[in-house]
Amino acid sequence: MVAFILRRLAQSILVMLVVSLVAFFMFQFLGDPVNQMVGIDTPEAEREALRERLGLNDPLIIRFGKFVVNAAQLEFGLSYQHKSPVTDLLLERLPATIELSVVSAIIAFALALPAGVYTGLYRNRWSSKAMLTLSLVGISVPTFLIGILFIYLFAVVLGWLPSYGRGDVVTLPGGWTTGLLTVSGLKAIVLPALTLGLFTLTLIMRLIRAEMLEVLRTDYIKFARARGLTNRAVNFGHALKNTMVPVITVTGLLLGNLIAFAIITESVFQWPGMGRLFLQSIQEVDLPVMSAYLVMISFLFVVLNLIVDILYYVVDPRLRVEGHGGGH
Amino acid sequence: MRKAFTALAVAAAVVASGGFAEAKTFKWGFQTDTTSLDPHAHNVTFTLGFLGNIYEGLVRRDADLKFEPGLATKWENLEPTRWRFHLRKGVKFHNGNDFNADDVLFSYERTNNEDANLRGRVVGITEVVKIDDYTVDFITEKPNPIIYYEWDTWFIMDKEWSEANGATTPTNMSKGVESYAAHHENGTGAFTITERQTDVKTVLVPFDGWWDKPQHNLTEVIMTPISQDATRVAALLSGEIDMVFPVPVQDIDRVNKNGGTSVLVGPELRTIFLFFDMFRDELLYSNVKGKNPFKDLKVRQAMYHAIDIEAIKKKIMRGLSDPSAIMISPKLFDRSEGFQRLPYDRDKAKALLAEAGYPDGFETRMDCPNDRYVNDEQICQAIVSMLAKVGIKSTLVAQPKAKYFAAIAPKGGSDYAFGLLGWTPGSFDSWNVIWNLLSTPTPDKGRGLYNYSGYSNARVDELAELIGVETDKAKRDALIEEAFQITTNDVATIPLHQQALAWGKRDNVELRQRADNQFRFYYVNVK
Repeated sequence: MVAFILRRLAQSILVMLVVSLVAFFMFQFLGDPVNQMVGIDTPEAEREALRERLGLNDPLIIRFGKFVVNAAQLEFGLSYQHKSPVTDLLLERLPATIELSVVSAIIAFALALPAGVYTGLYRNRWSSKAMLTLSLVGISVPTFLIGILFIYLFAVVLGWLPSYGRGDVVTLPGGWTTGLLTVSGLKAIVLPALTLGLFTLTLIMRLIRAEMLEVLRTDYIKFARARGLTNRAVNFGHALKNTMVPVITVTGLLLGNLIAFAIITESVFQWPGMGRLFLQSIQEVDLPVMSAYLVMISFLFVVLNLIVDILYYVVDPRLRVEGHGGGH
Repeated sequence: MRKAFTALAVAAAVVASGGFAEAKTFKWGFQTDTTSLDPHAHNVTFTLGFLGNIYEGLVRRDADLKFEPGLATKWENLEPTRWRFHLRKGVKFHNGNDFNADDVLFSYERTNNEDANLRGRVVGITEVVKIDDYTVDFITEKPNPIIYYEWDTWFIMDKEWSEANGATTPTNMSKGVESYAAHHENGTGAFTITERQTDVKTVLVPFDGWWDKPQHNLTEVIMTPISQDATRVAALLSGEIDMVFPVPVQDIDRVNKNGGTSVLVGPELRTIFLFFDMFRDELLYSNVKGKNPFKDLKVRQAMYHAIDIEAIKKKIMRGLSDPSAIMISPKLFDRSEGFQRLPYDRDKAKALLAEAGYPDGFETRMDCPNDRYVNDEQICQAIVSMLAKVGIKSTLVAQPKAKYFAAIAPKGGSDYAFGLLGWTPGSFDSWNVIWNLLSTPTPDKGRGLYNYSGYSNARVDELAELIGVETDKAKRDALIEEAFQITTNDVATIPLHQQALAWGKRDNVELRQRADNQFRFYYVNVK
């Protein structure tokens, strides 16, 4: 087990290297960062001097080498735009993004689980069909549009919830800021979390439903019913538990998605997270911020994959019998 | 019921008319946050405009952009290369320190640093001399009639405070050392920051020790960046925020129709214009081989005649633009009224093209940014279709600013046949336009750096030199007029319009809109 985890962490380094290498090559096509840093009437000589000082004239491979060496020491340099350490900029925004992602994952999972089971068990009821149709909205309408619709309905028309921002935050020991302890913070998280979680909700709900339908047809369920077990024991003890393996995989990866792709939601709701920072940095060709963000996100995905793999061990007893092959 | 309602209405009226002396918190939002609090590090209009509430320069511009005394009470040109500034006495920094000549000398040194993007504000100064505690002389290399024109945003910092906190230079980009001043302020301005969360909000309160008499009635100001247009407008409509800018042109109607909010519209200083390749012997991306049609004045005039600027104003800018006949906003040049646009006349355009030897027109390409100016890509689309109607068929390449500006720069190979650009003279003065956009490109002299047309006229170059050192206003204006006359007749560029500013606000907010899009909240009154 320990060897397995270590192996996975080693792999993560490779993943991050590849991601940053690809990113570095892509950055070539984004335009000139110096152009975004200076006023339009800055003479070329001054621009050239700045380019030199930022090391932008070095060959790509040398810049990449420097980046890797620095990144290995968790040193990502200064943002070109903000002229602040990138690490500080990201850490400052990390709590907002994590909070938003986790809350929306919880909302999504908490709603998807019962809805998925219900539509799986009673697939012919009209209420199931209504839920499925409605869930199509979540998967087909772009997040951006849903966010704006929510804002207009709940903030402008009804005036119940704020249209932007994170409300008042409380700083916890260790520098973590949270909006979950204030009323305005709780109100502020509702719309973005729903917007962000809608896609995930739909996906998980449909996945659970499909898995339930699959499992309910298997022999051991029929056998369990033949044994006269209660519906509840059959549906939840046997059926649901066995649908969980793929659901956990997908949920784990979706959590990564929620964090990585909170970009759009954060931007719509002016949520002060890392996604917005990343979006701005693309517009301004802020290379240090972009590189650091991408490396961080790839690390996150590797870690989430690892956690998912470990959870398999917990949920699926067959995997615990290592090296014996059988069980199928 | 009706009685209760009346009582309520009366109560509301009392509150609305300011019947209670209460805290006046004013909340406003812009599309980005201030880049930093360091007044010398970033040459970004919004950042400098925001910091203008906290820091002050030797001179100040009022709401109509006219000069007024700032930290200097008066200034005089003792000899052509020596300017004397008399400093205001009794000015305090936010930490209580006194302002004097040493702070000016220190600020000069701090700005004249390779990490200060505002270095251009003090370029050409050879020495700053302290005459006494409240008199400072600036010695320049050449006569400079407009030395102070950008000093309303060249802010003075406190020497003692900067030295005590290790903020004597802006953030050092090569060594990666961040300046204390990037996150802390100590200005002399009307407001002081009490709380700042980067990218989230900044809270300011009036500075009690301000030397000037406040014209506002605020007790607290909260600035929040809101980057998405739709969200920013929604925040205003829902009443969560008192003022936002910019309001996108397509939302102006909605803000006006919503009860209690309206949009304040005014002309901006930026001039949008077309430039064309007049320097290559063979035009890029064209079916004309071996020669360059844009070298022919008749072709350039034909293009000018082909553009229906009123249609662009009406259909694309929704009325929010001022068609322009010269390359500078009429607000910034007193004699701009003598200039007229070439009229929109399709037949004339076709005739001119035929005379130039292109009776069937020709093919070419237009380059355009799509995220830089108001509706830039749409303007380009309209121009492409207007030109097509007289026979100039062009394909449109619209790309994000970061890519566009790199491609059209000489360093990027001047990769264009013709394109669209906008320009605001940083000094609000015509010399900047003539020198940068209309003089012969001469990189080692720093001249004509944005003359992407490659236009070259010996008399204009000569005029640019003369305007640069002429200290008599009437003579100077005559020289400027001559330069604009020549370049207009030669169609060195085709000016299109000055785009408009749109600030959305609640009806109970009174403010002054500056044409340079800088927002000073010492003019704000909340009723």
